[in-house]
Amino acid sequence: MTTAVPKSRRPMPRRLMPRWRDYGRPRELVLRYLLLLFVLGITVGPLLWQFLASLKGTGEDVFGENASLLPHDPTLRAYREVFEQVPVATYIWNSLFVVVLSVTSQLLFSTTAGYMLSKPAWKGRRAVWVLLAASMMFPFESIMVSLFLSIRDLGLVDSLVGVWLPGFVGAINVLLMRGAFLAVPREIEDSAMIDGAGEWQRFRHLYLPSAWGAILVVVINTFIAAWDDFLWPLIVLRSEANMTLTLGLSRLQSSSFGYDQRVVMAGSVISIVPVLVLFFITQRWFYKGVSAGAVKL
Amino acid sequence: MVADTTKPVSLPGTEAARPAPGSAPSRIRRAGRALRPGPAPGANGAALYRRWWQPWLWAAPAIVCAAVFGVFPFLNTLLLSFTDAKPLGGAASFVGWSNYTRMLDDPDFWLATRNSLLYALIVVPLMVLLPLLLAVLVEKQLPGIGFFRSAFYTPVLASSVVVGLSWQWLLADEGLINTSLEKAHLIEDAIPFLSDSWLILFSAMGLTLWKGLGWYMIFYLAALGNVPKELHEAAAMDGAGAVRRFWHITVPGVRQAMMLVGTLTGIGSLRVFTEIYMLGSPTGGPGGADRTLPFYIRDVGLDPLTGNAGYGSAVSVALFLLTLGLTLLAQRLTKEDES
Repeated sequence: MTTAVPKSRRPMPRRLMPRWRDYGRPRELVLRYLLLLFVLGITVGPLLWQFLASLKGTGEDVFGENASLLPHDPTLRAYREVFEQVPVATYIWNSLFVVVLSVTSQLLFSTTAGYMLSKPAWKGRRAVWVLLAASMMFPFESIMVSLFLSIRDLGLVDSLVGVWLPGFVGAINVLLMRGAFLAVPREIEDSAMIDGAGEWQRFRHLYLPSAWGAILVVVINTFIAAWDDFLWPLIVLRSEANMTLTLGLSRLQSSSFGYDQRVVMAGSVISIVPVLVLFFITQRWFYKGVSAGAVKL
Repeated sequence: MVADTTKPVSLPGTEAARPAPGSAPSRIRRAGRALRPGPAPGANGAALYRRWWQPWLWAAPAIVCAAVFGVFPFLNTLLLSFTDAKPLGGAASFVGWSNYTRMLDDPDFWLATRNSLLYALIVVPLMVLLPLLLAVLVEKQLPGIGFFRSAFYTPVLASSVVVGLSWQWLLADEGLINTSLEKAHLIEDAIPFLSDSWLILFSAMGLTLWKGLGWYMIFYLAALGNVPKELHEAAAMDGAGAVRRFWHITVPGVRQAMMLVGTLTGIGSLRVFTEIYMLGSPTGGPGGADRTLPFYIRDVGLDPLTGNAGYGSAVSVALFLLTLGLTLLAQRLTKEDES
């Protein structure tokens, strides 16, 4: 029987498939794509150029009169070199250490605090709310002197824990989680309570699973912020052995002589890759994180 | 009294029947309250926790972080600005208003303030407009549009340091841009992007814009979804061109988003540090001519040898007041716009 084929498997009728002319007049369409390619060149161009330069061998110019865009003889030499010339492995390890600490603490504490703030009134809830909102009012740059003195008094100068500590849970993430938990219907919680579920169980088995979108946003934002952070590590860290990746890379500036540009580019590529991978895995949630950033005001 | 049991919870949406609105939920709620050890009904209907400290325990880490690393540092900054504290410790004494009088007479402070304000003045209008144009460009569902959107977003992901390194090589005297222009015989000598203090500042602004484009594009895409399509169609029928439709339909439709982007980028401009550090070298341009306020705070307040945390705190207070002023201004403008 012909009906054995499920409806959805049947090829789409031709007239339902979009045709090029459905997208607009050809002239407009060509113009649109040309503009798109132009912006693509501007936005991705420098990063792509960086990547291509990192694949060049020592015999090829990176820039200057005779430089070409594509490497004639692609090689991974620069990637080997960057690990030998600079302690990149140490940098990466340090960055990962801070990232893992940050993500863990943000996740744990923003969910528990957000959960409690989403609950009906308990005495002092308002005060906590005001405190969190107040803590978001001050730009980091205007309190960093005082923050550094605190870190100094705690004996955490030149330590990775000192880099992590001031941001171990962000008020913005608490408010984000609170919003997600508020969306959980009361009735479901009530029936869970009749089943005898305690506070922790309801949190763990009911609230957390229903807010995983917001949780991902928290993880992604924290990961990127910690991985890309520069100013605070620059203030706190002193010794080479403790430097994070961004800090280590910043020392390969053109002003400091003796570095092979291909090697510097290789280091840059290494630093972008983890974030790019995370981005392509979690793309949908990524965009949500942007609109969630609007809560910041 | 029923104690907490370890019985697993029935998960939402599976067997837990949703009670119909009306009397059923309140009955269940009452039953739940009688059973549970947690919140008990208080006066005026507010649920209070039987163990009053329980919510506090859950929220404790967030409270500690906000208090110790958010509010306290600010109050401490105010206090420090009246002392001569040193970044590496030692005795500090009260010096009255002298940090502030020194600041008002300090040409470097005014230079940093000028740089920061100029940054905001130039970056804000461009950052409000360019990503909107980009969002309009990628709004239409075309084949491959998802790829373009993601690609435009990649600069957001890279850290400013990496992007700074890349731009450094692009803008260097023998860099890609200068050599291309020389090959095309458009210029005789290389443009000193990285050694002239004005060009460094403008290059850094370009870097900020380039890195923020994708972020605010996504921001605007969400707002564009709320502009009614019918308006565009009706205007097109009446013979309005793309440019006129943009100014008369799109722009009014995303006004609120534009205000928000303006505020966010204004605050962001006052916080610029890494771009200047990477393009203008760690000194912040030739002789520190390109230093912004955060840069100056770090230089005067946190230098291990010559730093004065007291003076740095006074400049920090100035930075905070500028940010606050900008936020209040934006709020006022938004309010006027709405009424």
